[in-house]
Amino acid sequence: MNFDLTEEQQLLKDSVTRLLADRYSFENRKTFQASPDGWSRDLWRQYAEIGLLGVAFSEADGGFGGGPVETMLISEAFGKALALEPYLATIVLAGGLIRRGGDAEQRAALIPSIASGELLLAFAHAERQSGHDLFDVGASAKKDGASFVLNGEKGLVLHGDCADKLIVSARSAGARRDKAGIGLFLVDAKADGVSRRGYPTQDGMRAAEVTLTNVRVEPKDVLAANGDALPLIERIVDEAIAASSAEAVGAMSEALDMTVDYLKTRKQFGVPIGSFQALQHRASDMVVALEQARSMMMLATMMSAEENAAERRKAISAAKVQIGRSARFIGQQSIQLHGGIGMTMEYKLGHLFKRLTMIDILFGDADYHLERLSKSDGLIG
Amino acid sequence: MDLRFTDDELAFREEVRGFVKSNLPASIKQKIVEGRHPGKDDIVAWTRILNKKGWSVPHWPKEWGGTGWSPVQLLIFNDELQQGGAPEPLAFGTSMVGPVIYTFGSDAQKRRFLPRIANIDDWWCQGFSEPGAGSDLAGLKTTAKQEGGEWVINGQKTWTTLAQYADWIFVLARTDGTVKKQEGISFILVDMKSPGVTVRPIQTLDGGHEVNEVFFDNVRVPLENLVGEENKGWNYAKFLLGNERNGIARVGISKARLKRIRELASLHVYGERPKIEDPLFRMKLAAVEVELKALEMTQLRVIAGERNREKGKPDPASSVLKIKGSEIQQATSELLMDVVGPYALPYQSEREDGDRWNEPPVGPDWASTIAPTYFNLRKVSIYGGSNEIQRGIIAKAILGL
Ligand SMILES: Cc1cc2nc3c(=O)[nH]c(=O)nc-3n(C[C@H](O)[C@H](O)[C@H](O)COP(=O)(O)OP(=O)(O)OC[C@H]3O[C@@H](n4cnc5c(N)ncnc54)[C@H](O)[C@@H]3O)c2cc1C
Repeated sequence: MNFDLTEEQQLLKDSVTRLLADRYSFENRKTFQASPDGWSRDLWRQYAEIGLLGVAFSEADGGFGGGPVETMLISEAFGKALALEPYLATIVLAGGLIRRGGDAEQRAALIPSIASGELLLAFAHAERQSGHDLFDVGASAKKDGASFVLNGEKGLVLHGDCADKLIVSARSAGARRDKAGIGLFLVDAKADGVSRRGYPTQDGMRAAEVTLTNVRVEPKDVLAANGDALPLIERIVDEAIAASSAEAVGAMSEALDMTVDYLKTRKQFGVPIGSFQALQHRASDMVVALEQARSMMMLATMMSAEENAAERRKAISAAKVQIGRSARFIGQQSIQLHGGIGMTMEYKLGHLFKRLTMIDILFGDADYHLERLSKSDGLIG
Repeated sequence: MDLRFTDDELAFREEVRGFVKSNLPASIKQKIVEGRHPGKDDIVAWTRILNKKGWSVPHWPKEWGGTGWSPVQLLIFNDELQQGGAPEPLAFGTSMVGPVIYTFGSDAQKRRFLPRIANIDDWWCQGFSEPGAGSDLAGLKTTAKQEGGEWVINGQKTWTTLAQYADWIFVLARTDGTVKKQEGISFILVDMKSPGVTVRPIQTLDGGHEVNEVFFDNVRVPLENLVGEENKGWNYAKFLLGNERNGIARVGISKARLKRIRELASLHVYGERPKIEDPLFRMKLAAVEVELKALEMTQLRVIAGERNREKGKPDPASSVLKIKGSEIQQATSELLMDVVGPYALPYQSEREDGDRWNEPPVGPDWASTIAPTYFNLRKVSIYGGSNEIQRGIIAKAILGL
């Protein structure tokens, strides 16, 4: 049993924390959010420079040979700062699909430019009707000679508006809610037949609706041709759940810190409001919720690399439930304990609350995962 | 004990229901049902429709436009309006400053202001809270000094709801700094057009503009705008806050939202089945319905008890209604989040007048207000005396702790 970081991991954690402390004040974040991209290309370059974008890829592919723990450390720091950059979309989701699903040529062609920050990717998977069900894919991939032709609509594509390339899921066989028959295709975002509608999300990030009309995909851009991409998609979404759990823990710990500071400094009735026992106990319950969440973040991180898919998915669902519940409690209570000031756009706290709310929705909310877990053979045993 | 309404009360309910049905403009109703914010024009238009019927201030004394209805009738009336998709009346006029004026104001103030409140010719806002005085309202610092036959007001108010539309603001200001803090406060009416009044918007986390900061820089106000006696303002403020009891539980609004939740949950938007067929969701929905039913009964008991109480004295039971009512409102907004699912994510701003941009919506056309409503309703456990303050009142006033 060992919860310690290696020396390299500690260095990585220190460098990302330092960079964000220097560059990601809440005021700066507002500026980034108001820019046309909605995030900072300058910071993206700096993330590449200090190795954040490449660390999760193997050295053979042009990365630095890190794994889930490195992704966790980066995501937690991003959560604390409410970083807006397309890390989850490009590195964790699309990058993960290429890392685990790409052939040698595809990895060689893409990973170095992902790690260097030049190439932005997004994963165009969800559809209007699919909800949280990863197997629900209506978009079609018709074979035409050696190529494929894609048609369909994709929604809520995280950072899909700025991506250079999209990884699109589409069905070459089966009915819409069949588990078999799904493939993954690499599509240039500016290719003929791709149209995108970008928009801000509730938490200040970006997403897009994507329409595919007779989009041609050459054989070299097919990631999982045999129509059996679902296990890969599930695996990468599990990694993304682990990463976003860490992001949530970062945001929760920031919300708690801000609240505790406020309890110490805000005075009413001539005393700091932190002297009221009702508020002390509430803040203590927030600590309990955060610790439980942090533990499950670690479980999700370690289990995201588990080869046994059933065991992996149970642990991931359990983490998603705990994170969702803790995030809701901490988000709501941190606003409550701030009073009116917690309700304003000008103050960071409300944005932490909104990000936490949206993280719960991504990849299945707490209820969805609780139901899934309840249908398994049990978590404890 | 009899839980049923009398035949007369049932007939009255039908009358109100019918009136709302045939007189509430469809465009206004649609906004309310969809969870969008009514514009100033909507609130004014509806208040005037009610006023024409003699129903805009039913709880007031008859001589100032009240109806003389019983507390049960008033409850039925509010409930029907809320369930029927009517915008809420502007409480700052009808439930706050109006009752203060007819109870403590001068005859001239009554004649001047009350008819204009009933017809919403004046838009009122509430200038109580300050940056340093929220829960500890009596700690307020805004001052009013007599100078050359006028009040001169200096200071800052904050969280002032809809001050951007206001013609008038009622202000609590310190008129004596040498006595106990509750004993040096006065209640003054200020014309928002007075030189020296500045309104600065505060955006709430859902992106809306409903609150403001209001600054007073040597604002000169006629002496006659003092309500009641100098330095008695705290009593009037307590009276006013106690008066909010009527409708504080927002039972009708929560009922309307639960109805909408059932409707939307019956649509098959995503996943394997409509949300309403999901057993976990149904249990959560039923649990909130149980809470709401209990609250409705509690509210009826409080209203029934009203007959035996000294008029105008705040009832600590209103703290029970406030706590539960706000928690239920928040719970309904969480159920809506469950219903909409992933398409809560896109942010689509509303125009000032509450109409949407011309672009087609991203996702289902009813989805865009759901996350903002969830965010926005965090306020209901903060304002009007936070739920922590309400618990303190229960502990003290009901339990004697
Ligand atoms: C959307 C919105 C609209 C509003 N509209 C108006 C308006 O139109 N006019 C107006 O005058 N005001 C308005 N308010 C202000 C509102 O009444 C105050 O926000 C409220 O009184 C709380 O004050 P505060 O925000 O300063 O929080 P604080 O009083 O600083 O409270 C911070 C936290 O401490 C807790 N706390 C404080 N004292 C105690 C105690 N003794 N024991 C236990 N806990 C305690 C509170 O419950 C809260 O959790 C509005 C507020 C909001 C959010």
